[in-house]
Amino acid sequence: MIIGLVGNQNCGKTALFNQLTGAKQRVGNFPGVTVEQKIGPVKGKMGIEVVDLPGIYSLRPYTSEEIVTRDFILNEKPDAIINIVDVTNIERNLYLTLQLLEMRIPMVLALNMMDELRNNGGSVDIAKMSALLGIPVVPISAIKNEGIAELMQITAKTAETKALPRQIDYCPPGPIHRCIHAVAHLIEDHAEQADIPTRFAAIKMIENDPAIASRLALNQNELESIEHIIVEMETELGLDRNAAIAEMRYNFIESVSRATVKRSNESKEYLRSVRIDKIMTNKYLGIPIFLLIMLAVFMLTFNVIGAYLSDLLAAGIDWLTTVVDNALTAYGLNPLVQSLIIDGIFAGVGSVLSFLPIIVTLFFFLSILEDTGYIARVVFVMDKLLRKIGLSGRSIVPMLLGFGCSVPAIMATRTLPSERDRKLSILLVPFMSCSAKIPIYAVFASAFFSTHRALVMMGLYVGGAALGILIIWLLGRTAFRGQPVPFVLELPNYRFPSMKSVLLLMWERARDFMHRAFTVILMATIVVWMLQTFDIRLNPVADSSDSLLALGGRLITPLFAPLGLADWRITTSLISGLIAKEAVVSTLGVLMNTGVEQLGTVLGQLFTPATAIGFLVFTLLYTPCVAAIAAVRRELGSRAKTAAVIIAQCGVAWLCALIAKLVFGLIL
Amino acid sequence: MSTMTLDLLPLGVPARIITVGGNGALRCRLLDMGLIPRTQVQVKKVAPLGDPIVINLRGYEMTIRKEDARMIVVETEVDSLKAVV
Repeated sequence: MIIGLVGNQNCGKTALFNQLTGAKQRVGNFPGVTVEQKIGPVKGKMGIEVVDLPGIYSLRPYTSEEIVTRDFILNEKPDAIINIVDVTNIERNLYLTLQLLEMRIPMVLALNMMDELRNNGGSVDIAKMSALLGIPVVPISAIKNEGIAELMQITAKTAETKALPRQIDYCPPGPIHRCIHAVAHLIEDHAEQADIPTRFAAIKMIENDPAIASRLALNQNELESIEHIIVEMETELGLDRNAAIAEMRYNFIESVSRATVKRSNESKEYLRSVRIDKIMTNKYLGIPIFLLIMLAVFMLTFNVIGAYLSDLLAAGIDWLTTVVDNALTAYGLNPLVQSLIIDGIFAGVGSVLSFLPIIVTLFFFLSILEDTGYIARVVFVMDKLLRKIGLSGRSIVPMLLGFGCSVPAIMATRTLPSERDRKLSILLVPFMSCSAKIPIYAVFASAFFSTHRALVMMGLYVGGAALGILIIWLLGRTAFRGQPVPFVLELPNYRFPSMKSVLLLMWERARDFMHRAFTVILMATIVVWMLQTFDIRLNPVADSSDSLLALGGRLITPLFAPLGLADWRITTSLISGLIAKEAVVSTLGVLMNTGVEQLGTVLGQLFTPATAIGFLVFTLLYTPCVAAIAAVRRELGSRAKTAAVIIAQCGVAWLCALIAKLVFGLIL
Repeated sequence: MSTMTLDLLPLGVPARIITVGGNGALRCRLLDMGLIPRTQVQVKKVAPLGDPIVINLRGYEMTIRKEDARMIVVETEVDSLKAVV
């Protein structure tokens, strides 16, 4: 039995989903849609699964989320839907409810945040609301786990008995009533044939919904008659079709709300939010506070908690590697296979896995910021700035995360409502210099520019970000012009985050990342190990300069001649940088036969100050590591596009490195 | 009574929506969010950089850009505007 969970954003839908399913969720994909849904079996109810559909305000076909939800209900035909509504914001929430009712499917209304309403002296006449809407209504508090069992019981019964909502005809007598009924009458046969509820189809026809129109397969005559009926209604009513339908729905909602909900005007939660916002979105303090919060999150993640856990995990992996290495030696395993296991798999996957704590810590803080409602304020505060480069306020979070690690930054773009903004943000993230590049900068800056170390570092960070912004600005005006998605965002009251939701999200991200570490990244490390280990006749090499990797390095050396970087050791280190940016420095160390500590002293043999700048610019801008590529691939959902992104990044890096080398060749 | 577009409505002055202009996705989104004729609105806040603004309607708050707010015509009651001016 499949139950769909539908509701507005910020109505507690995810909290309810988590209460219903616990940790046993999986990500599902329904055919033909790109937006993922989470599915999970209901705890303690055999054979019932809930699908968490995207948070939406309406069923108009404008955003991919709305289309996903509508198609899910029309095509997948779930056994029932639970429509969860925020009872403290009942009018806007019921707007979606009315549209869902038109889809003629077994349905239960879950009135969430009842505790909040009651604490503020409000109440709901549940029986009356149920009678007026024609569906069962259950009061719940998702965060406090109140009423959930009853909700599930009633939903299961509704689904089993296939109890459809009682038909309510809420259009007031008059032009709109006549219009809806005339259109419904005209299309009745077509709707039945297309297996779409008639009233729903009629209203969609009035709202000019092309998808439904094509499914109904109406002929020219019928289309003209419908248009005629609508125009007549518009003239009689003095309102256009969209406004007329919206007004009809809200009028009915107001009457239901008046008859059933008693609420105090300004709740404690609202007043508290207003007080918090006086500071958080203050004219002068708003932006500095945001920057401070982001700085604190960064410090805690990259310097304190995440770094500590990361070191701990790295130590653990080292220990395990040694144990396995010793055991394999004692066993007498073929040295080549042992090298594959230890130098290839353990070293490669291990180095990527040690990112895991950082990612989990970062998402811990981010989901707290999101769940409290602060991110919505950030969007509000930063929107004007980001609009200047053609993005919207929401892109600020992935952008800033990019300075830490591209992987969680790219994963964070998933929350962007607009497909266009999401893609642009994915492209923008790698320009923010990630923390794994710091060792490269540090070694080179002290080797060549010991007096201007800070300046070089600053220049790289600012230069990368500025270039990224410039490129996004250009792309926004050319390839990604498109219709901007309407920027209308609800500012929910500040709330205490539910620890359960935060922990589940962390677990989800961790699982996602580990899945990749053991698939894409495992493959990549094995390939690189083979390239490092064998020569062109597939004999194991004694000297690393004979390996396929070195050969590859030599092959692309001519490409780097204009940059003054035509040394196979340099190009080989750049190739290994694709695994992880830290590997650039360690590979150079290996190939120069020196430890990383002494590397600075021998770099003079390979670089001049000007080519060193070129090299730094190249490492700043070229394709990030495999983990980031895998994240891009996952978010873009296309191999070809991912490949195009990689090539473009390398091209931009090469060009900028050349310019930097030429300019600094003149100065230095 | 005085009419103006929503982006020009002073902070904290209660007003009533007369028409929602614009077209396409944005207009439908505004209607869906409950911005329909006769709805009461108030501007609650302006972002630190002057745009967007936060409005309150139907018991909730939402943020909207000024260029979009310009599509919405509202009217205030005389008394409330005088009280501010």
